[in-house]
Amino acid sequence: MYDIKALYEAKSVAHASELLLQHPEAKIIAGGSDVLIQMREGKLAGATLVSIYGLDELRGITMEEDGTIRIGSLTSFSHITKNPIIQQHVNVLGEAVDMVGGPQIRNIGTIGGNTCNGVTSADSGSTLVAYDAIVELTGAEGKRLVPIREFYIKAGKVDLRPGEIETAILIKKESYEGYKGHYIKYAMRNAMDIATCGCSANVKLSEDKKTILDARLAYGVAGPVPMRAPSAEAAAKGKPVSEETVNAFAKAALADINPRTSWRATKEFRLHLAEELARRALKEAIRQSGGDM
Amino acid sequence: MHEVQYKLVRCTINGRAVEKMIDVRASLTDMLRNDYSLNSVKKGCEVGECGACNVLIDGECFNSCIYLAIWADGKNIRTLEGLLGPNGELSDIQQAFVDEAAVQCGFCTPGFIMTAVEILESGKEYTRDELRKLLSGHLCRCTGYENILNAVEKTMKKRLGKA
Amino acid sequence: MGETVGKSVKRVDAFDKVTGRARYTDDICDKNALVARILHSTVANGTVKHIDVSEAEKIEGVVKIVTCFDVPQHKFPTAGHPWSTDVHHQDVADRLLLTSRVRFYGDDVAAVVAENEVAAAQAVRAIKVEYEEYPIVLDAVEAMKDGAPQLHKEYPNNILNHTSIYKGDYREAIKEEGLIKVEGWYDTPTVQHCHIENHICFAEMEAGRIVVTSSTQIPHIVRRVVGQALGIPWGKVRVIKPYIGGGFGNKQDALYEPLCAYLCTQVGGRRVKLDVSREETFVSNRVRHAIRTHIISWVRPDGTFAARKMECFSNQGAYASHGHGVAAKGMGAFPQLYPCDHVECDAYSVFTNKPVAGAMRGYGIPQAMFAGEAHIEDVAKALNMDSLAFRRKNMMPVGYVDGFSKNENYFDSLNQCIDKGMAYIDYERKLEEYAKDTGPVRRGVGMAIFWYNTAVWPISLESSSCRMVLNQDGSIQLQMGETEIGQGADTAFAQMAAETLGIRVEDVHVVSSQDTDVTPFGLGAYASRQTYVGGFAIKQTALIMKERILKYAYEMARMAPYEMDIVDGKIIRRNDGRVLLTLAELAEEAFYSLTHSEHITAESTYQIKTNAYSFGCSFAEVEVDIPLCKVKLLNIVNVHDCGRLINPALAEAQVHGGMSMAIGYGLSEQLLFDEKTGKPLNNNLLDYKLSTMMDHPDLGVGFVENYEPTSAYGTKALGEPPACPGAPAIRNAILNATGVGIDRAPITPHVLFEAFKEAGLI
Repeated sequence: MYDIKALYEAKSVAHASELLLQHPEAKIIAGGSDVLIQMREGKLAGATLVSIYGLDELRGITMEEDGTIRIGSLTSFSHITKNPIIQQHVNVLGEAVDMVGGPQIRNIGTIGGNTCNGVTSADSGSTLVAYDAIVELTGAEGKRLVPIREFYIKAGKVDLRPGEIETAILIKKESYEGYKGHYIKYAMRNAMDIATCGCSANVKLSEDKKTILDARLAYGVAGPVPMRAPSAEAAAKGKPVSEETVNAFAKAALADINPRTSWRATKEFRLHLAEELARRALKEAIRQSGGDM
Repeated sequence: MHEVQYKLVRCTINGRAVEKMIDVRASLTDMLRNDYSLNSVKKGCEVGECGACNVLIDGECFNSCIYLAIWADGKNIRTLEGLLGPNGELSDIQQAFVDEAAVQCGFCTPGFIMTAVEILESGKEYTRDELRKLLSGHLCRCTGYENILNAVEKTMKKRLGKA
Repeated sequence: MGETVGKSVKRVDAFDKVTGRARYTDDICDKNALVARILHSTVANGTVKHIDVSEAEKIEGVVKIVTCFDVPQHKFPTAGHPWSTDVHHQDVADRLLLTSRVRFYGDDVAAVVAENEVAAAQAVRAIKVEYEEYPIVLDAVEAMKDGAPQLHKEYPNNILNHTSIYKGDYREAIKEEGLIKVEGWYDTPTVQHCHIENHICFAEMEAGRIVVTSSTQIPHIVRRVVGQALGIPWGKVRVIKPYIGGGFGNKQDALYEPLCAYLCTQVGGRRVKLDVSREETFVSNRVRHAIRTHIISWVRPDGTFAARKMECFSNQGAYASHGHGVAAKGMGAFPQLYPCDHVECDAYSVFTNKPVAGAMRGYGIPQAMFAGEAHIEDVAKALNMDSLAFRRKNMMPVGYVDGFSKNENYFDSLNQCIDKGMAYIDYERKLEEYAKDTGPVRRGVGMAIFWYNTAVWPISLESSSCRMVLNQDGSIQLQMGETEIGQGADTAFAQMAAETLGIRVEDVHVVSSQDTDVTPFGLGAYASRQTYVGGFAIKQTALIMKERILKYAYEMARMAPYEMDIVDGKIIRRNDGRVLLTLAELAEEAFYSLTHSEHITAESTYQIKTNAYSFGCSFAEVEVDIPLCKVKLLNIVNVHDCGRLINPALAEAQVHGGMSMAIGYGLSEQLLFDEKTGKPLNNNLLDYKLSTMMDHPDLGVGFVENYEPTSAYGTKALGEPPACPGAPAIRNAILNATGVGIDRAPITPHVLFEAFKEAGLI
């Protein structure tokens, strides 16, 4: 039995906004795999909840006319992984969220929850950041689109205004077309774990597969929120597919990130990992793009 | 005085349509154990880490400890108690757990078997490593997982006519 | 001999466990029971100055709040040891139901009884406690130093106990010329049992007595401890143990049964349930002792030992629990596994401001084997000798007799186990092949052996009692004080009883639950004792039962009892095997005869005054990704000689579980604490890295079956041994793969990162 002060179930997105404005102290509960745990720990004990779990319209993945991939915010991780649109165009996202927790967590955990909790270790976070995903927020005054990099404000804090809920994650055609990516989750166990360091790289190669037209790299747990590594990207863009490029890319990433020491891992170890993982992730992305590595 | 909020939760549990007024604070574990006496749903951590409370909801596995009971409204829920045949006979996967010595203290067993049901009902053939991943949301301290994996793999092969 | 022992019969409890019918403590507790929750200290060392319960008392649903200032001041011991009538051999009584002198972060300060769990949790949060804080000490070696914070005034320098084993003359022996000195310090971590069912109990009063139903391994011992804690006669306490979801030694202590019983008395005897959370289980139950071991070996170039020295410092945590037994057992293995004429061993158990260390699967031997077998590998490396050849040359020889336990090494078990393990893993070929690896990803194989005793004689009492009751259909009920905790004890008991009685195993109905009012006295599940000691009581009782049955059969068959036997549930004539009558026919007559009605039962106690060596080994194969500082376990096998296997399939399953625990011990598991505050950092199943199914390769198991001559059924310890050799085997495999010997468990990526940097590998 949870220590819930009051619980309101939203019947629609508009109703959710209304409830949130009526109960400004309320927490949004989507799948509950974060909120309920914090409630049991005591951090959220006695909270008022607005449940959006029942909003089936926020589930599912569609391709919009302009080629934008639209992922409903309540889509569970397992449904993202199994989705053919994701598999065809951003398979790395499906692979990344397939590393969250274990199977039951992937059935309840939602991509909306994973982004809105503002956690740096979120397995979806680095890949979404690497693909310049856009967060769709809906409030009483309508929709608002925010690039995911701006959506993350600081650890545990995202740009979610009163009365707003996240309704979708959008990935533009130009962000995924021609790119192949790879995500590496480095953790202490092979399941039921959170990342010590997460690294998502993707790449677009020239037609002859000899040149890197574009490379993108993002990390989880390399800073307070999921983050891009622009220096690394610059070090690879326009460069030939080679060991030297990959090494320069991985080295350059260190200039962009700022992991911290905690009981879970030292800064030094995370930096060491960040470089090694960038190397391996880029190589694999190149391989998947048909490059010779 | 704090007023307890209730909601009428109508759902199907192990094939039977049921309804009850449920305290909105209840987890699905609470509801299944306390309101329906389905004691196979075990409490091992209550934060979704051990898998002992796992049940099937509309064919997918969920840790019922971190699932609000009110969300079960309209859903089809299955627990270990629902697997027995009409004359009390064991299902193939239960029998495999017996035959493969996959049961020791028995506390993780119900949760594991329900995940196995989801795996088996997919009708797909998985490699041993894929099965490890599909079963990785359950912790067990007695068996080292070896015989549990064997039981699931053998039942899968049997169902696919490959054993 | 019958047909049952040695067969892989199905578990007697399997059906109930795969259908959800097996009832555990929470399943049989009334849903409307009152709920108790404990307020734990948030300082690791200090005194409670003041407690304000005024806000907590106002919370609706709160029935009673009890603080450390309210409880009786009888100090009691908690260890799951047999009581000793010798006052000097009794467990240390240092616990109170609740305490104002807190000694670890998580100590028990107050308790709330409420009508529901939400109110109880709210009330616990609403209690305000004012502490006077003292400096803390978390490390055993630090805690022994002069000036370190003192936990218990009766134990200067925090030393709970110090014992030694001295043999020969170490100081003289090391003067021999040409000796090579190999020295190392080896550290093992604080780990927790992580049974999937947390400890839970409920108490209620009935007929002026307290009835406690508990998830425990030791119901009869818990009865005594509850009596001691509450200061009431032991007969006023009744303890019931239903199915339990694992124990591994944690539930071989009286945990919260005394407090729960006390709380019940404070609310007029109403039913009170105390359901411990996972977070509390990690901190406020028991943990395995972290032990720092220092070993010096003086070796001759020919690969023999001249002298050896070992000191171990065992982190006892805040209270004595099992006391010095764990460290002492680990020390005892040292001179026995590799006998040497000149040995000095010292074991210290030291109080620190960490959670209380108690029994955990292996009882000091996983720690001792990690240190000892890592060291043996290091010695062989120093001599440039094959480590297996070195072991074979020095390990306990056949015919060795230990002066204290009188255990004898009757067989060449260690060599037989090693041979089997080597073949399984293709050790020699891989050792040679992998030595050529020089890239970033390297493979290696390694191994370790272990030593173990069976049961606790001659340190403590060993006895077991058994009751058999004949039913009308010729089947029997079997009751044991020894407990089923998941290991399969009930099935092994049924097999042994069926074997000696000459009936089918399905005609033995094991009463799985213990109830101290009706179950014969037994000590419970610990020390890998039950099959060995229970076997004596079962055999003795079955023989009495058989004699009574045959005596009755004389009246029906007119044959002398000694001319008859029971085979497959039938009374037969010995000399030609003719079936005279069935046991069912006999039973019906015995129950309902108008001339001689008798309920045939038997009950007896057997006191065991023997012990038996159990041996084996583990071989591991690893792949080390040096840049990622990650170890992948590719292959692992355990080979055991636990005597005759009562049930091979269950024995193998039990070994799997121990191996899994050893893998976690070697690679990932450790309970972490904030150095400044002593606050636990990872007391949950997400942050404490218990292996998942994806962290294991397939687990290989082999057995060597040498019939144990001291044993009723030829069997000896297997419960704990599987957890003993795995971690050092993995450590040695990593050493062989990378050239880097890691002297602490678990060998996590963090540890490897530092070690590889130092070795210049990254």
